[in-house]
Amino acid sequence: MAVYLPFEEPIKELEEQLEKNIKLQKEKGVDTTEIILQIEKKIDETRKQIYSNLTPWQRVLVSRHPERPYTLSYIEYLTKGNFIELHGDRGVKDDKAMVGGIGEIEGHQVVLIGQQKGVNTKMRQYRNFGMPNPEGYRKALRLMKLAEKFNKPVITFIDTPGAYPGIEAEERGQGEAIARNLMEMANLKVPIICIVIGEGASGGALGIGVGNKVYMLENTWYSVISPESCSTILWRTADYKEKAAEALKLTAQDMYKNKLIDGIIKEPVGGAHTNPEETFENVKKVVLKDLKQLKKISPEKLAEERINKFCAMGVVNEE
Amino acid sequence: MGWFKRLTEGIRTPSKEKKEIPEGLWYKCPKCGHTVISEDFEKNLWVCEKCNYHERIGSKEYFQILFDDNKFTELNPNLTSADPLKFVDTKKYVDRIKATQKKTGLKDAVRTATGKMNGDDVVIGCMDFSFIGGSMGSVVGEKIARAIDYSIEHKIPFLMISKSGGARMMEAAFSLMQMAKTSAKLALLGEAKVPYISLLTDPTTGGVTASFAMLGDLNIAEPNALIGFAGPRVIKETIRKDLPEGFQTSEFVLEHGFLDYIVERKDLKDKISQSFNLLKIK
Ligand SMILES: [Zn+2]
Repeated sequence: MAVYLPFEEPIKELEEQLEKNIKLQKEKGVDTTEIILQIEKKIDETRKQIYSNLTPWQRVLVSRHPERPYTLSYIEYLTKGNFIELHGDRGVKDDKAMVGGIGEIEGHQVVLIGQQKGVNTKMRQYRNFGMPNPEGYRKALRLMKLAEKFNKPVITFIDTPGAYPGIEAEERGQGEAIARNLMEMANLKVPIICIVIGEGASGGALGIGVGNKVYMLENTWYSVISPESCSTILWRTADYKEKAAEALKLTAQDMYKNKLIDGIIKEPVGGAHTNPEETFENVKKVVLKDLKQLKKISPEKLAEERINKFCAMGVVNEE
Repeated sequence: MGWFKRLTEGIRTPSKEKKEIPEGLWYKCPKCGHTVISEDFEKNLWVCEKCNYHERIGSKEYFQILFDDNKFTELNPNLTSADPLKFVDTKKYVDRIKATQKKTGLKDAVRTATGKMNGDDVVIGCMDFSFIGGSMGSVVGEKIARAIDYSIEHKIPFLMISKSGGARMMEAAFSLMQMAKTSAKLALLGEAKVPYISLLTDPTTGGVTASFAMLGDLNIAEPNALIGFAGPRVIKETIRKDLPEGFQTSEFVLEHGFLDYIVERKDLKDKISQSFNLLKIK
């Protein structure tokens, strides 16, 4: 069963009609070919119409769609299976919410890292809903250092509702783990490409997000806080999540306009999950183009450009 | 020791407690209830003589405690918040800024300055919690970044005093990126081998903990400060359990290996300058 978002109701109705007509033809032999074609056309149009006018909150919902592809699916497609997952932070344990390893994309050997959400109830728990503990960030950093040692570019996939807020996470230094990643990533001497493929919530996202190139897929969000939490804190009720989503300017379109990311990667109409392969292809094109370009830049220059880019972010008045 | 006289208006005691006592004359400790004459409280560096409670103080007080003769040159004092997102919640962000500036006499949530500490050059950045919870927006990030530049350029040790609830929500992703910006600058400070001490004071949480506050060559804290990434309320709501006694205090963070030492305010200046001296490259 397909999962429909609240604003996709018109699409759901049409698809139900479509199903009925297909059934009619199959089981009763009624010729509904003409109607089926019409409905299919209507579905395409409706979807296009809805998806060309998404509100920020609706994009947040698409970014969290339960059928959306997650990090390991991107890695599998991009590397065509030429990938070895590597585990553990060498200190405490292996964080299942953060995955990573070594692989090859069209002849480019790379290190791939990302938060991983689960595909069903059991796996969602196993993956801690994509919320890493400090070990996740330390695993990510270990792999980045491995990349630096062997001169491999790093590609990160960002998809997290935030770093995990738990007792053990605090005991093991969640803040320190993220902070260290920010400092070390800024100065890493190999190319870093980051792509927000779903949710980019706050420091938990940025902890693997300091790249020479940072992209967002078309229907993702990236900000300092989720719209729900923002609403709770600023309006003292969760009822203003739509308003908060607007105010935060958290969509790819706004983030690009504010020069906080380097580009937007197109998704199929209806969201990444309606055609994962098309999404993966779009990502692959961007990654390959950047890899070719970034590999020409010297290690020192790569770090320098990355540091300068992030240091230029921010808007202040100077009297 | 005439300098503390000028600080009378700077004390920040919880307003409820304060109202019961004639303004500025007495200080009642919110922890143990002990009452002292304000002047004596200041002489004791805003620390309760009975229970050692370290009252929250701001950049003005820390600068007076740390800089010799309270002499310093402020760096980039005129940076103020822009409103890149035209942010409006229950109030317009620009109005919130203006009102807070008026109320606190501060431009934003951090001040940075350079001067002498026990005779040696130092650059100090200090956050003010009274300014929108010490939240980090573009001004905080930019001033810290420039202070680090100054440290690198003049090879002067850098001390950052953190006191913050985290990100400035009204600057959304701009605020988030200040974490990357300040951390990136610290990478350069590290390469220049200029020592950096991070002093965490009550409270230090969120994006500040997850960036410059945890990146000191030494991370140190005042006693019994709240230090953490996630706030205690968020953690409690997530795990639906009571938090252990002493969770996220300085002592807890020291015990778990993320602080080098805890220092009482009376020893702050000497211990920090001793630390910088022991790190000096000869
Ligand atoms: Zn007391």
